[in-house]
Amino acid sequence: MTDIGNIALWIALLIGLWGSAVAFAAGRSRRADLALSAERSMFAVWGLLALASAALMKALLAHDFSIEYVAAYTSRNLPVFYTWSAFYAGQKGSLLFWAIVLATFSAAAVLMNRGRYRELMPYVTAVLLVIITFFVAVMVFASNPFEKLGFLPQDGRGLNPQLQNPGMVIHPPMLYLGYISIAVPFAFAVAALVSGKLDTGWLQAIRRWTIMSWLFLSVGVVLGMWWAYVELGWGGYWAWDPVENASLMPWLTMTAFLHSVMIQEKRGMLKKWNLGLIIGSFLLSIFGTFITRSGVISSVHSFAQSNVGWFFLGFLVLAGVASFALLAYRWPVLAAEARLESMVSREAAFLFNNLIFLVITFSVFWGTLFPVLSEAVRGTKVTVGPPFFNQVNIPLGLLLLFLTGVGPLIAWRQASTANLRRQFLWPVAGMLVTGALLAVLRMSDVWAIAAFALAVFVTVTVAQEFVRGTLARHRQYGEGWLLAVVRLVGRNRRRYGGYVVHLGMVMLFVGFAGMAFKSDTEVTLKPGQTTEVRSPYGHVYRFTHQGISQYEQLNRFVSAASLDVYRDGKYIGVMKSEKRQHMDSMGQPTFEPSTEVAIRSDVREDLYIIFAGSVQGTEEAVYRITINPLVWWVWYGGMVLALGGLISMWPTGRAPTPVKRRADQAGYVARVEA
Amino acid sequence: MKAGTKFIIGGVLVLATVGYLMATGIKETGVYYLTPSELATRVEADRSFYDVGVKMGARVVTGSITRDVATQTIRFRATDGQHTWPVVYRGLAPDTFTDEVDVVLEGRLQSDGVFHATTLLAKCGSRYEAVPARTGTEASSS
Repeated sequence: MTDIGNIALWIALLIGLWGSAVAFAAGRSRRADLALSAERSMFAVWGLLALASAALMKALLAHDFSIEYVAAYTSRNLPVFYTWSAFYAGQKGSLLFWAIVLATFSAAAVLMNRGRYRELMPYVTAVLLVIITFFVAVMVFASNPFEKLGFLPQDGRGLNPQLQNPGMVIHPPMLYLGYISIAVPFAFAVAALVSGKLDTGWLQAIRRWTIMSWLFLSVGVVLGMWWAYVELGWGGYWAWDPVENASLMPWLTMTAFLHSVMIQEKRGMLKKWNLGLIIGSFLLSIFGTFITRSGVISSVHSFAQSNVGWFFLGFLVLAGVASFALLAYRWPVLAAEARLESMVSREAAFLFNNLIFLVITFSVFWGTLFPVLSEAVRGTKVTVGPPFFNQVNIPLGLLLLFLTGVGPLIAWRQASTANLRRQFLWPVAGMLVTGALLAVLRMSDVWAIAAFALAVFVTVTVAQEFVRGTLARHRQYGEGWLLAVVRLVGRNRRRYGGYVVHLGMVMLFVGFAGMAFKSDTEVTLKPGQTTEVRSPYGHVYRFTHQGISQYEQLNRFVSAASLDVYRDGKYIGVMKSEKRQHMDSMGQPTFEPSTEVAIRSDVREDLYIIFAGSVQGTEEAVYRITINPLVWWVWYGGMVLALGGLISMWPTGRAPTPVKRRADQAGYVARVEA
Repeated sequence: MKAGTKFIIGGVLVLATVGYLMATGIKETGVYYLTPSELATRVEADRSFYDVGVKMGARVVTGSITRDVATQTIRFRATDGQHTWPVVYRGLAPDTFTDEVDVVLEGRLQSDGVFHATTLLAKCGSRYEAVPARTGTEASSS
C-alpha cells in the first residue's frame, strides 16, 4: 500500500506542475484545448490524492506499523472511531488531508463553473493547482505520510488520549475545511486580477463559497472551544493561545468580507478592499498553518517543531507578494462608483464594522507575534496574555455588537430622523431598560452590563424585522403566521439567515459576558466531608465527597472521584470526575494520565468539577470546583450561528440572480425610501 | 464637511484608541520571557529584577518533583542546562507535568532565590507528535 500511496503522490506532483503551467497558458492564449487539459489535470490530481488517502486509511485500519505515521498515531487497541481521526491527528497525515480536501473543493469549483466565466476559469484552475502542488511537494520532499520506519514494532504508540474525544474527531476537519475552502474565493480573486475581468462576475461566483468557508470556520472554532472546555480541564474555553488566535484571524477577515461585499454589490464601493480581504483571509489561513507547524511561537497545542513550517513561510511570502502586486497593478481600474454620502447610513455602519473587524484582527496578530517581534527588535522576548487581548478586544467587541444591531436596519445612503425613530425606538428602549435594571440589581461588572444591554438591543432589532416582515406578508397575501415566517425567510435567505447569525452572535456574547462572574474553589475532602460554594446567582451548592473508585475500562485504567451535589439543600445528583491512565495493548501505561471533567450544564450556569488527585493513595481527594455562568449560551449560540449560515447559503433552486444595484432588495428601509 | 472626511476622522479616533489600548496593554501586561540563565544574568546585573513578574521557559530536572497534596504545593527544580532555579508552585498541575517535561512558568523570582510560580504550563513534545518505541512495550515519556 505504501508504494501505491507514494507513487500516487509523485504522479500528482508531476501532473500538478503540468496542469498549473498549462492552465496559465490557457488563460493567456484563450486556447480551449489547453483549458481542457488543465481541467483534466485537476481531476487527475484529485483522483491520485484520493488514491493516496485511501492507501493511508487502509494502512491505518490494517495496523501496518511498518509505516512511521501509522506506528506513531495508532495502536491495536485504539477504537476504530479514533483510528479514523488519526488520519489528520499528526503533521504528515494532516497535510494529505489538506491536499485531498483542497483537491475536492477545487475539482468541485471547476466542475460547477464549467462553461461559465470562461476568461476566469483557466486562471482559477491554475491558482488552485499551484496550491495543491505546493502541498504535495511538501509531503513528497519534507513530510511524507508513507515514510517507512525501517523495522516493524509490535504495536503502535497510540493516539494521545486528549485527542480521543468526539469533539476532536470533528473539530479539526471542520477548521481545515474552513481554512482550505478559502482557497477557492482566493483563486477567483487572483483570476479576476490577472485577467482584468473585475466586474461583479467573480463575486457572484464565490458568493456561496465565502459563506461556506465562513460557516466551516465558525463551526470549527466553536467546536475547538468546546473541546478545550470539556477535555483540557482548565475551566475555560478560550485562552488566546496562538493556535486559537490563528483560527480566529481568518474568521474575522472573512466576516468582514461577508459584510463589505454587500456594499460592493449594492453601491459599487470598496472593490480594492474586498479583494484585499479575500487575499488577506487566504494568507491568514496559511499563516495559521505556519504557526502551528513551525514552532516559531510556543503554544500548548502546536505540532512538533519541524522544517515544514519554513516551506509554509516561503509559500506565504510568495503568495502575499504576488497577490498584492497584482492588486497594485489593477489599482487604477478598481475605483469606487459611489461615495459615502452620510455618516448616518448603512454604508457608514458597514465601513465601521469592517474597520473594527480589521483592527481586532490586527491586535490579535500583534499580540500573537509580539514575542517574536520584541525579540527581533529589542533582543528580549516579551509575551502578552489574555489580559492584553481582553483589554483591547472587549471594548471593540461591544462596539461591533452595537453595529450588529445598527447595520441591518439603518437606511442606505442617508438615514432620515423618521427612519431612525421607526427602526431604533424599541431596541434603544430595550437596551436602556436592561442596562438600568442590571445596574439597580448591582451587577458588579460594567462591561458585562454593557454586553447584556447591547444583546437586548440587537435581539429587539432582529425580532422587530421578523415581526414586521411577517405582518406584511400576512396582510398582503393573507398567509397564516407560520407560513408567513417560513416564506419570509425562504424568499430572502441571505438577509434572514444573516439575522439568525446575528442572534447566534448575541448568544455568544451573552456567554462571553457570563465568564466575568466565574468562580473557582479548590478543596481537599475526605470521604463524607462536605464543602459549600456560592454561585453568582446566590444559590448555595453543597458537595459531599463519596470516595474514589478504581476500575478498568476499554483501553484505560480509571480512578473516579464522586461528589453528591445539593442545590439550596435539594439533592440534584452525583458528579463524577476521572483520572485516566491509558494503556497499550500489552497493558503498559502510555502517555501521561488525563483528566475527565465532570460538567453539569444548564441555561444559567455550569458546574465544572476537576478531580485533581488523591492524597497519598488514600480516598482523600483534591477537587477544583468551578462555576461558569452562561456557558450554555456559547454552545447553543454556535448552533444558531451555524443554522443562520446554512439558511444564508441554501440554494434557492433558481438560477443565481445577476448581481446589480438592486435598490428594491436593499432592505425594508430602502424600500420605504425608494 | 464631507461624509468621507468625517469617516476618516472617526476611523482615526478608533485607531488611536485601539493603539492606546494596545500600547498600555503591552506595557501593563507584557512580561519578559526568559530562560533560567537569562534570568540569572538579569538579577545579577540589576538586583531590582527580583520580584518582577516574568515567564520562564525551562525543563524540569528529573526526580526533583515533590508534591504535597494536602497543601497542594509542588516543588521542583527548573533548568536550561546552565542554570537551575528551585521552584515553588501552589495549585493544580496539568496532567502533562512530569519529569523532564518542558514547562512555562509564570511568576516571580524572590530574593530567597526561589522562583514562586503562579501558573504552570507543561509543554509536552509528545502531546500531539509521538515517536514510536523500538519495542511495543517500551513507553517513552518525553
